[in-house]
Amino acid sequence: MAIPDAEALPEDPELARQMEELRRQHLMLDARPLPELADKIMTPMTTHGRLFWFLLFLFGAGSLMLLAVWIYQMYWGLGIVGIGRPTMWEPYLVNYIYFIGIGNAGTFISAVLRALRFEWRAPISRAAEVMTVFAMATAGLFPLIHVGRTWKLYWLFPYPNERQIWPNYRSPLTWDVVAIVTYLTCSILFAWLGLLPDLATARDRYNTGWRHRLYAMAALGWRGTQHQWATHKLTLDVFTFAIIPVMFLMHTIVSWDFSMNLQAGWHSTVFGPYFVIGALFSGVAMVIIVMLAMRRFMGLEYFIRAEHLDAMGKFLLIMSFAWVYFIFNDYLAPWYGQEPVDKSLTHLLQNLWAAPLWYGMLFCNIVMPAALLVFKRLRTWPPTLLVAAVSVQIGMWIERFIIVPVMMGQNELPYSWGKYTLRLPETLITIGAFCLVGLLFLLFTRFFPIIPLWEVHEGQAMVGLKRVGRVILRTHPQPE
Amino acid sequence: MPLPEHRWTMVVDLDRCTGCSACVVACHAENNVPIVSIDQVRQRRAIHWIRIERYWATKGRQTRAILLPIMCQQCMRAPCEPVCPVYASYHLNHHNINGQAYQRCVGTRDCQSNDPYKVRFFNFFDPPFDEPLTQQLNPDVTVRTAGVMEKCTFCLQRLNRAEQKAMVQGRTLRDGEVVPACVQTCPPGALLFGDRNDPNSQINKVIEGNEGRSFILLEELGTQPLVVYLKGGESHGGQ
Repeated sequence: MAIPDAEALPEDPELARQMEELRRQHLMLDARPLPELADKIMTPMTTHGRLFWFLLFLFGAGSLMLLAVWIYQMYWGLGIVGIGRPTMWEPYLVNYIYFIGIGNAGTFISAVLRALRFEWRAPISRAAEVMTVFAMATAGLFPLIHVGRTWKLYWLFPYPNERQIWPNYRSPLTWDVVAIVTYLTCSILFAWLGLLPDLATARDRYNTGWRHRLYAMAALGWRGTQHQWATHKLTLDVFTFAIIPVMFLMHTIVSWDFSMNLQAGWHSTVFGPYFVIGALFSGVAMVIIVMLAMRRFMGLEYFIRAEHLDAMGKFLLIMSFAWVYFIFNDYLAPWYGQEPVDKSLTHLLQNLWAAPLWYGMLFCNIVMPAALLVFKRLRTWPPTLLVAAVSVQIGMWIERFIIVPVMMGQNELPYSWGKYTLRLPETLITIGAFCLVGLLFLLFTRFFPIIPLWEVHEGQAMVGLKRVGRVILRTHPQPE
Repeated sequence: MPLPEHRWTMVVDLDRCTGCSACVVACHAENNVPIVSIDQVRQRRAIHWIRIERYWATKGRQTRAILLPIMCQQCMRAPCEPVCPVYASYHLNHHNINGQAYQRCVGTRDCQSNDPYKVRFFNFFDPPFDEPLTQQLNPDVTVRTAGVMEKCTFCLQRLNRAEQKAMVQGRTLRDGEVVPACVQTCPPGALLFGDRNDPNSQINKVIEGNEGRSFILLEELGTQPLVVYLKGGESHGGQ
């Protein structure tokens, strides 16, 4: 327990005030007993306010709408969507990239920051991991919605069949299937692994009823022995390092869907890292939104403090800078090449009908974060942070929209140029997808602890304050 | 007996093309290409396996129309083939034609987005063949359903039938024995068809005799198309 060492020094009110201030600022220094932490985390699981039912109804209705529109589209054919020649890909693929991007940030926050031992990450890591899983699952839905004959999509899987036809391993779409399945499996296991000790705590907390049975089953017989903890730590460490390349690979492969094509504006070697950075950018913004919602509506102010808002705000700002670098590259190289088709694309984005989208994207992704996140005072105030994060969401959605249907409209032969127009079905499905992620997340918070209890507790046990003379030191064990 | 390898080639003489669109009509009739409604055409969903692209060239006070018939270029290194995840778009090796297996297509439309010529077409709805139009459908060609891509095949059904006939008679295909519907129909003879692998074919002579005015569409992309365009001289506005 991180009790400050009073030693034999005389009481100093100034030092005491400083220590109190540090404890107020940092979750890890503000240690509480385990039952109290468990109470704080598990009480929201069983309290259903009016807002919960409203959101449940809203998200549920949205998800049903997605299903209904999808069935309607399968029945009539893809003609109900606003696509034509040459803009053959619609916002379904925009959503696909978008949700995979959101999925990437979850892993980044929980795995990369775990590997780098950023201890502030602990209370938001579960939310980020879970969001990864749900965003990936929703993203995986979009190729199904996108294709003309959904019921034949099992042909993309390498299953033994009498005709001995296998998927085409040269196709980026086949790589997509492999990447999604791998990444989804990994992130589910990763989230579950982190959940195990908390499931056991929940199992012991609810002694009877379906919750007890659920947690007992999901906890896989966790008893919290020394041996189990050691194995858990080792497995988690291995997973942490193994999932990081999978994460980078996932979005790189998504970018190959485009950069492997001959389409002007897509055929670019910078797309791999550019997409990864874009994914982290939008994903971090989404984690911020989720974090703020949890803090506001689930009464988790104790866990999610100004330090977390501050750190995530900085993270978002850095991602914004990185994104600027890549988008600059992405437009600089074609400009330098001066190919007619590239010039026409730039002209379209800067001067023609796509200009509002393009400038809107730059405003949302560069100006808004820079204006709102540079100063600490603004950054740690939830409304500003929320505005910045939502603005990044909008900006990054527009960015993918520009890449998919807008750029597709122009190619080498101007006869085939066309403009994509957004129609109702894809708009409804896009809204429905957001509702689906929201619904899954909402339901998760009612069944499972959304703050990793054991990680917070562990962190609080490890980190402490020590007063040596007139200096306050932060104690932290050496990483082994 | 192994079938001889062909390199079916089409020559499009732009100096002869009048833009009459008879090839388009012939193709529709031969290949069961659906005729979509005006509303669908406005949404850029028309399906024409061969189409005449019209460009306006202005020089001083003169404005002239440049007509460019475009069908699938049957690339030797086709961009549409590797991107298909299920091998619906594949290379017919002994014909050297880009095949399209309609029954295998799942409709990812990646082949279309990777196709610089934009000569692949998607069936947005089930094709509207009302009675008695169904009576005129070509039994040799599949009628495609909603959700699959389709494209020009150089009238593969004709090529196969002619080759089988020749095989039964124990001989190789004669030059000019088989032509696609568009070539058969073209009134000014702007389209020519033949086998580049046959050294004595007419198509080889035409291509060799017109080297000064032949070009390949979007050659810089490295797709190695088998359609050769002929256009020359000042009167044609250059290439």
